[in-house]
Amino acid sequence: MANGESTAGADAPAGGFVQLLTPDGERVDSATADGVTYSVDFTDDEYRELYRDLVTVRRLDAEATALQRQGELGIWASLLGQEAAQVGSGRAMRPQDMAFPTYREHGVLYTRGIDPIMPFGLFRGVDQGGWDANEHRFNGYTIVIGSQTLHATGYAMGVTMDGKTGTPDGEAVIAYFGDGATSQGEVNEAFVWAGVFHAPMVFFCQNNQYAISEPLERQTRIPLYRRAAGYGFPGVRIDGNDVLASFAVTRAALDNARNGQGPTLIEAYTYRMGAHTSSDDPTRYRIASEVESWKAKDPISRLRAFLTKQQLGDDSFFDEVDESAKTLALSLRERVLSMPDPQPISMFDNVYPHGSAELDLQRSQFADYHASFEGSDH
Amino acid sequence: MAETITIGKALNHGLRRSLEHDSKVVIMGEDVGKLGGVFRITDGLQKDFGEDRVIDTPLAEAGIVGTAVGLAIRGYRPVCEIQFDGFVFPAYNQIVAQVAKMYYRSMGKVRLPIVIRIPFGGGIGAVEHHSESPEAYFSHTPGLKVVTCSNPADAYSMIQQAIRSDDPIVFFEPKRRYWEKGEVDLDAELSGAYPLHEARVAREGTDATLIAYGPMVRTCLDAATAAAEDGRNLEVIDLRTLSPVDYDKIYASVRRTGRAVVVHEAPGNIGLGAELAARITEHCFYSLEAPVLRVTGYDIPYPAARVEEEYLPDLDRVLDAVDRSFGW
Repeated sequence: MANGESTAGADAPAGGFVQLLTPDGERVDSATADGVTYSVDFTDDEYRELYRDLVTVRRLDAEATALQRQGELGIWASLLGQEAAQVGSGRAMRPQDMAFPTYREHGVLYTRGIDPIMPFGLFRGVDQGGWDANEHRFNGYTIVIGSQTLHATGYAMGVTMDGKTGTPDGEAVIAYFGDGATSQGEVNEAFVWAGVFHAPMVFFCQNNQYAISEPLERQTRIPLYRRAAGYGFPGVRIDGNDVLASFAVTRAALDNARNGQGPTLIEAYTYRMGAHTSSDDPTRYRIASEVESWKAKDPISRLRAFLTKQQLGDDSFFDEVDESAKTLALSLRERVLSMPDPQPISMFDNVYPHGSAELDLQRSQFADYHASFEGSDH
Repeated sequence: MAETITIGKALNHGLRRSLEHDSKVVIMGEDVGKLGGVFRITDGLQKDFGEDRVIDTPLAEAGIVGTAVGLAIRGYRPVCEIQFDGFVFPAYNQIVAQVAKMYYRSMGKVRLPIVIRIPFGGGIGAVEHHSESPEAYFSHTPGLKVVTCSNPADAYSMIQQAIRSDDPIVFFEPKRRYWEKGEVDLDAELSGAYPLHEARVAREGTDATLIAYGPMVRTCLDAATAAAEDGRNLEVIDLRTLSPVDYDKIYASVRRTGRAVVVHEAPGNIGLGAELAARITEHCFYSLEAPVLRVTGYDIPYPAARVEEEYLPDLDRVLDAVDRSFGW
């Protein structure tokens, strides 16, 4: 097989991709890309747990979309269609690994064992995120496109400087971004730095085919995974709707990174089934038949078909998974609805670690101004 | 032991002491290693502290600051060198959108103790992009602190204080004054140094207050010396900290003198001088004998080197403004 090509099913884009589970739910024993063979060796329970993950993150996402439609969230960035890319890569991380997400990686967040409520303050508008990157091994959601890839690269340089690479229990870093981000200068700088400093990291690009309205053709003339060659590290394209391929390739790339083999670019070829965010109207820029063709490649239905064929799951199992996901979603809803609005004066907090006398003055003037209305009809 | 050294050498000593003091301090930038920086501010540091502590980076300013963010999340204290003022703009996004906001975004859970060193200002006969004064862009941005030094003693202590601070700090260095000498006590304890975020009266006076920072402090001190021959006793305030500004020292001075002239190289339009004039007017209104005047660069792109002396505020333009204040 020629360099840069991969084994793939009939649904693969030109050049192929790594696929271990077809849209019909057939297991592919192994797939090869650039001379590297990928496979998975899951127990029955592990297959079932992956299915549970996929169903759960989709159900939570649907609840968030509903909350936005009901006016309870200011905006929501749905992951619908990208569950396999996120769950597979997220489960491929080891506990000591560090993730740098965009604002859509709710599925990765979930697989890190983080309470799914964590990013909802941001989308409800009661905070800007507000979590500790190091505590959760999951950096803050980054909204400016691509900026977090440089943060991930710097963090990975620090891992090397700390002597935490070169062993099987070393640390690795994964940076998430999308197809649109690959046009950003900062992402290209991150590729340069990661290559030059041999940073222990994985660039995980979810190519969901659209940057809001702009199709992939507006970002690139070549398949995105092939860009890695220009920066001096491997690039692999996977079927982004195949949770097994996502797990296998990301696990291998992260382990290479922690073992001192340097960075890898993974292009997860997938599709954003919903809108860019709840503020978007995708019917203006893509046709229904395209969306329909991707429905046939759904990440969840293929794993369900596999589990059914292998007799790893029956209706009672699938119903139980649906029910427990629903319970979690309804509990999430209740907790979102009970999120208190912040006290207005708290907007002055956490601007500087060492504070500022100037801000202290503004804070007290703000308090005095509001106090001046007390007792009035205003 | 006090030594007479240049501002450039004082910064070099301050960086060296910071590297010795804390193993998490790393210096990163273009040509900072073997070359010691184009102004030699990091001279000899890579040789003594190694390539992991003094890092020659790819030629990419967004990358320098963006990777510094990641290193800081990891627990490092990066000191970034931007080679020239006019080269900071590729990093502007990372500085303004990420460095300034990470602490706020994380509700105080993620600190970025990053120092971004930028040689700034004109007067060195350089080509375009090598003589600019972009301090207002950063001073306008909440979440950043901005400081600048005007003499070797401050250069030595302020760079160390900035590196030890957990606040992200943009540190402007007066490049045309790099070679000016002054006495520095290299053994002094940092705990006894003048506070980082306070202005200082550089020369006491009674008749008018000149407010300046960085390279213009020397210009104002020279103007004050010249004015003294004409019987005018000018006070000179070295701002040192541009964000936040230490307003109390300014107000106290202007209330005594009744006159204020703000001097900076950057264009005047919407610059620091405008903010200072507004604040002084608001807080010292009944003490003022004349409006607050400004002596600044003109509202043009930095001009060609052969005419830059006409662009830069100098002793005569400062004294002219003082005359106008007294003529009010």
